Amino acid sequence: MMKPIFSMAILAIALSQTACSMQPVQPWERDSLAQRKMQLVPYPNDAFLDEHIYFSKEASRGGAGVGGGGCGCN
Amino acid sequence: MQLKNKHKPVRRGLALATASLLGVPVVNTANALQPSSEWEVDTSILFYAETDRVSLAEPIIRARKDIGDDQFLTMKLVLDTLTGSSANGAVATGSAQTFTTPSGQGTYTAGANETPLDDSFHDTRVALSGEWERPLGASTRAIFGVNASTEYDYQSIGVSATFNWDFNQKNSTLTAGLAYNADTVNPVGGAPVGFTPMPTFPSVKATQGTGLSKDVGDLIIGWTQILGRKDLMQVNFVYGNESGYLTDPYKILSVVDGTTGDTNSYVYEQRPDSRSRQAFFWRWSHMFEEDVFRISYRYYTDDWGIASNTVDMHYRFEINPRHYLEPHVRYYAQSAADFYHTSLIDGQSYDNASADYRLADMTDTTIGLKYGVSLSNKSEFSIRAEHMLQQADPSQVIGNQSAQDLVPDVTANMLTFNYTLQW
Repeated sequence: MMKPIFSMAILAIALSQTACSMQPVQPWERDSLAQRKMQLVPYPNDAFLDEHIYFSKEASRGGAGVGGGGCGCN
Repeated sequence: MQLKNKHKPVRRGLALATASLLGVPVVNTANALQPSSEWEVDTSILFYAETDRVSLAEPIIRARKDIGDDQFLTMKLVLDTLTGSSANGAVATGSAQTFTTPSGQGTYTAGANETPLDDSFHDTRVALSGEWERPLGASTRAIFGVNASTEYDYQSIGVSATFNWDFNQKNSTLTAGLAYNADTVNPVGGAPVGFTPMPTFPSVKATQGTGLSKDVGDLIIGWTQILGRKDLMQVNFVYGNESGYLTDPYKILSVVDGTTGDTNSYVYEQRPDSRSRQAFFWRWSHMFEEDVFRISYRYYTDDWGIASNTVDMHYRFEINPRHYLEPHVRYYAQSAADFYHTSLIDGQSYDNASADYRLADMTDTTIGLKYGVSLSNKSEFSIRAEHMLQQADPSQVIGNQSAQDLVPDVTANMLTFNYTLQW
């Protein structure tokens, strides 16, 4: 059961290593990345509500982060 | 504190001047929210309604304050008000069925060929959480969190800590975090003993008491990578462990004849008292000229036998500098838990069993559309409408059960209003 997870984790690390060997983006080149819409979680309330709904209605949970609190809904 | 605040405009001015000297391109953000501000208050309200089942209203207020020295405090208050009916786990039959309510104070009935729904389902939940984000050094940051929630039959209290380490000229960030939640379950009428029969009113069910504990721990390791001027990627691995009372005290199963499939009785469900799970999560954001595409994928597996794949996509289409439209598509597919049984066969023994359709072979499809408008460079309003369809398969269809829709589809509609204000 752990096998696919490990394979994907290794793949992810390999991808990240490849990314590190790319030309780094300098601070003055981050005009697009600095915009709110390019943040990993641009609208935290939307993300929170989505996670809350899917946690209540599905058997899987987690992935995007940790913390956030318990709920008797599942 | 006041002196500090007085210096803020000067500091910001200096930062801007430095940015100009470094040649940072000027971004037209006149009509867009800033990534960071001294105060940000985000208010939302979600209206959620399932066809013939649960309805929910959930307001949120989230406030984030820059307290100086690159430190931020975030507080969030969430209120859930839930009413309606919830599937109790029993299957539909050719004749009407009567059930005892969880409190043991009354009964409810499902008509012939109707999925049994417990209409005594209602709840109000209040949740409060706080986060303190602070630098630990030139390239490390920490986020410490606390959270607590209470509802009439469930209490939860938790802590979390996440550490981020930037390197490779801040193009890469390594994340490590952990969270722990101590929950207490106080089921209405007490927690039933697994596999004991649902009594016929006014008889009382056998219970194993109340105030049962449930502990949840999570560990995350993540990597965030800038791939280019318009590309950002993150991969996370999360390991979680749950132990204690993981059963749903309000769910039952139909015990049926192994040949005819006719229901003979009902018993309370029982789930394992531990669960360990792993999730691999990947997300990528790409900006085109102005539009932004976000995609994420998650592979999840646990020792209950559940494995799932989730793909989630958003495309933010900039109509003009003030207005945007954001379609959303999500697809989720899970395999059933080892102990998922649509019904139990009379005379057979089971270690654990649940007929909760959320543990069945299931797909879940969501489509949505969000419209956002910048009211100024410090405020934004948005409205989001979503539709969700859940389709699950029964584990087994026996005899006369073939005439019934054993696990009917569940549809839900959601509407969210959001207003964000910065100053």
